Amino acid sequence: MSELTDTVRPAIARGMRLQWEPAQEAHVLLYPEGMVKLNGSAGAILSRCDGVRTLADIVADLERAYDTSGLAEDVRAFVTMALEKRWLELRE
Amino acid sequence: MSGTPAEKAGGAGPQTRTSPGVGPTPHGVGPPLWLLLELTYRCPLHCVFCYNPTEFARTGPELPTADWIRVLREARALGAVQLGLSGGEPLEREDLETIVAEAHGLGYYINLITSGVGLTAARIGALKTAGLDHIQLSFQDSTRELNDFLSSTRTFELKAKVAALIRAHDYPMVLNVVLHRLNIDHVGEILDMAERLGAQYVELANTQYYGWAWLNRQQLLPSRAQLERAEAVTQRFRERVAGKITVYFVVPDYFERRPKACMGGLGSVFLGVAPDGTAMPCHAARMLPGLELPNVLATDIRAIWYDSEAFNRFRGEAWMKEPCRSCPERVKDFGGCRCQAYLLTGDATNTDPVCDLSPHHRLVTDAVARAERADAVAAPSEHVLVFRDHRTSIAVVPGEPARVGGQREDP
Repeated sequence: MSELTDTVRPAIARGMRLQWEPAQEAHVLLYPEGMVKLNGSAGAILSRCDGVRTLADIVADLERAYDTSGLAEDVRAFVTMALEKRWLELRE
Repeated sequence: MSGTPAEKAGGAGPQTRTSPGVGPTPHGVGPPLWLLLELTYRCPLHCVFCYNPTEFARTGPELPTADWIRVLREARALGAVQLGLSGGEPLEREDLETIVAEAHGLGYYINLITSGVGLTAARIGALKTAGLDHIQLSFQDSTRELNDFLSSTRTFELKAKVAALIRAHDYPMVLNVVLHRLNIDHVGEILDMAERLGAQYVELANTQYYGWAWLNRQQLLPSRAQLERAEAVTQRFRERVAGKITVYFVVPDYFERRPKACMGGLGSVFLGVAPDGTAMPCHAARMLPGLELPNVLATDIRAIWYDSEAFNRFRGEAWMKEPCRSCPERVKDFGGCRCQAYLLTGDATNTDPVCDLSPHHRLVTDAVARAERADAVAAPSEHVLVFRDHRTSIAVVPGEPARVGGQREDP
């Protein structure tokens, strides 16, 4: 997969659903007959992938929320992996 | 049987953690993440490989809508989140849309497991509106329909119609085909058909030998040569459609040397409820002798999951015998399948004889060897296939599974 640009708009892929599960105290990603329990950072990234925000928006939002900087590469790597796993798809 | 969510979520990468890694409850047991409601044993089909209990016609009446809804609420409160609706054929239930709507409102991810028979445009529209998330369409390729199926005539037309409806309603196209010795040589045609239907996921699931499939094991078990040919064909197909279609090939465990981690361990993540309200730690558990399965009409889901003897019996390791008890792999496969241990050896606490460390392993290798001989002579077996139907279900003698269709041998 080629390098993602800052302007792509990732969204939860069709047939998948992200939700917070109190019983597991975690975000989970639900898909046909399967589930992935997400750790805190994966949940924080995926819950911002709404097909409206760009990759740059998501990074900026996370850096604001966690009062830090330099997250761009980690977020890009995670989004790339999530696209390969078909958890995410890109909206133009 | 399909994998539990926990099995299928494996390999999710460093950023994630898969179930069952759920934090311990006061009971030290995680929630029943995967709830399967077998809404009815009624089915328009008569598949020879059905895992439903052979005595289904003698079980109690189906639960009414209100009880299914109560089960949904109680299980969701415990943390159940993946919901399977199956049967029998779940479309036989006229209240399916009501059940789906309730489940959607509660936050379940809802999987309908269906043959597609009865899935009209009106019903799929209503199910979509009610919040159904996913449809798994199975091929009912029983031998009665084998020719029809392979010649792509009536069955294909039905499937094509249903597949078009599924696509039109923006569902991912997930096809499930049960393989056995009578159709496994046609896996190439089956995959081509799946491609023409627009499938995105194809699950080629070799028959597992429970229920009706156990009765017909001698006729359904493929030879190793058949299996290897089918895997090679599947691999070529995968390479051709890479990126478009994902194909799972579930090897029959009789050909393995280690058992499957059945249900991720009984009482770990899976809770099944039969049409009459019987709660089960696996789809086939009602065959296990001495296991008094609770019923949702008498006991609430919390007490069933955490407190009942049936759901606690095979938790942990205390029940295990050698060679499992001292085996380092017991934490990985939990001793394999309890139902298979019972069917083949007569004792549900034995090591699953699929494991080559089991003193009963030859029960599996002998069955495979018989399949090899049958393959060599290329003649139909002298045994007659038993179709899943109501009349036969009444006639089958329950409680003696190891003598029906199998060759149980005393150790």
